[in-house]
Amino acid sequence: MSVVALSAPRRAALPLSRSIGASLVLGVALLAFLGPWVVPGDPLAQSLIKALSGPDALAPLGYDHLGRSVFHRLAHALHLSPLIALAAVATAGALGLVLGTLAAAKGGWVDRILSMLADALLALPGLLLVLIILAMVPATALGFWLGLSLVLWVEFFRLTRAATRDTLASPAVQASRLLGFGPVYLFRVHIWPEIAPMMLTAAAFGTATAIMAIAALGFVHVGMRAPTPELGLMMVELLPYWREAPLALLSPVVASFALLLGLTLMAGSRAT
Amino acid sequence: MNAVVTRLIQALMVALLIGTATFMMMRSLPGDAAWRIAAGRYGYDNVDAASADAVRAELALDGPAFPAFLHWLGDLVRFDFGTSLVSGRPVMEEITHQLGASTSLAGAALLLSLLIGPPLGVIAGLRPGGLLDRVLLITSTGIKAMPQFLLALVLIVILAVQLRWLPAAGHGDLRHFILPSLTLALGLAAVNARITRDAMARIADMPFWRFAQWKGLSERETLLRHGLRHVSVPLIIYLGLQFVTLVEGVIIVESIFGWPGIGHALVHAIFSRDVPMVQGTALVLGLGFVLVNTAIDLAVRRLDPRVAA
Repeated sequence: MSVVALSAPRRAALPLSRSIGASLVLGVALLAFLGPWVVPGDPLAQSLIKALSGPDALAPLGYDHLGRSVFHRLAHALHLSPLIALAAVATAGALGLVLGTLAAAKGGWVDRILSMLADALLALPGLLLVLIILAMVPATALGFWLGLSLVLWVEFFRLTRAATRDTLASPAVQASRLLGFGPVYLFRVHIWPEIAPMMLTAAAFGTATAIMAIAALGFVHVGMRAPTPELGLMMVELLPYWREAPLALLSPVVASFALLLGLTLMAGSRAT
Repeated sequence: MNAVVTRLIQALMVALLIGTATFMMMRSLPGDAAWRIAAGRYGYDNVDAASADAVRAELALDGPAFPAFLHWLGDLVRFDFGTSLVSGRPVMEEITHQLGASTSLAGAALLLSLLIGPPLGVIAGLRPGGLLDRVLLITSTGIKAMPQFLLALVLIVILAVQLRWLPAAGHGDLRHFILPSLTLALGLAAVNARITRDAMARIADMPFWRFAQWKGLSERETLLRHGLRHVSVPLIIYLGLQFVTLVEGVIIVESIFGWPGIGHALVHAIFSRDVPMVQGTALVLGLGFVLVNTAIDLAVRRLDPRVAA
């Protein structure tokens, strides 16, 4: 009986949709990291004679309009934007966590100023901010990282602030304080376990949002620059040739959809 | 009253943030900003050192950053956005023109999403776990995970290129509205439907609902008299949050379908580093969001007096 009772909550923590999501993300990651290792090739090498031709041993997904291997471009694109997204989410998460805890613990004007800043950023469409930062920062990857971090920290900040404030007011924390435990201990034992699941959900959503933003701006030609393989850019480049090379257009479409769906499912059901 | 004050502060912060960001953008323009602005104002053939210097002096581009920044903010507060560096026309004039195109598109999308999402959500919520409920969950998750440009691409390939039912891009008659507004509406409806479904399922489980049925009202009457008001509150609150999605969608969707609105203009302005245009557009978008949210706060108070208490 005790085994059933012990295993039940674990099964509840990982429902079917989350496992499907995790395997989708894992599948895309395997393609991105093991793909070029199994079939070596160059994402930038052109061979116009092969333009738009079908798959062969050197290019399992065929060739694009400039005769570049779609497979290797896709693998490269699947490194690029997820890595930028993860870097931005990590930065935003850390910033949101620190500032959110600070706002909840200090209260007063620290809390008011930080909350006002967060509210103001919330009122701006994220893509707009990313676009403005991209215009200021010369390197596109750096610009995306900065812009997306600036957009994403608000979510982490609000979650941390709300949860931490409730937890700090709880009897358990007051008892700990009376026993003389310091802020580090309070954070590790009381606050972190409370907010960790929410932070992971927000991180999965944030990664999906960031990948979508990079691809969307690539698609309208204001994101990554042309020879760089990037999901949105690949789609818009291959769109005119969808009749001649449907597989070439479908590859980035299916890969990005699988990645985003996987991340959304991993994040679990949440209203927004 | 309190809500309005909070929103006013938010509006001020938005203006300050946009002002700071675009000011920094102005200062980080590649090349000599004064020459570029002078070229925008007087035409590329009429620029000489004198006119560039005049611009430099007027905008205090060489001077210390802080007074220039205050001057810049002063203009901003008076809604003086200057002239577009590209077209040479007043930014205000351009924005009012584009805002019309964008609002009509956003309005059509919102209306369409409300016609698709909430009715499906209500039906699904009345039978939680039923076939429609499950199909709706899968479909809405799929659509939510699909970026708007991908949705646009799928719709263009199927409806415009393959079936040739609708024009792929353009602006003018009613047919041009369908594809862009459908793209925006599907993304919104995916969320709308979930919100409505959850609210409906929760309400159908409440004692007052069962009482209404027990006293002999049909399901239809129960829904009309007791259900819709309760369902509409979370829906309206979420419409406010979705407004951000809508604006982001407008930026992308307008560029794809060549819709002459504010999103399309913003992408072009960013592309050509037309800072006054970026500034004006960004400010209008940010303040529009605050305005809509204020309206939603007030509407929710009207619908559900308990919120104000």
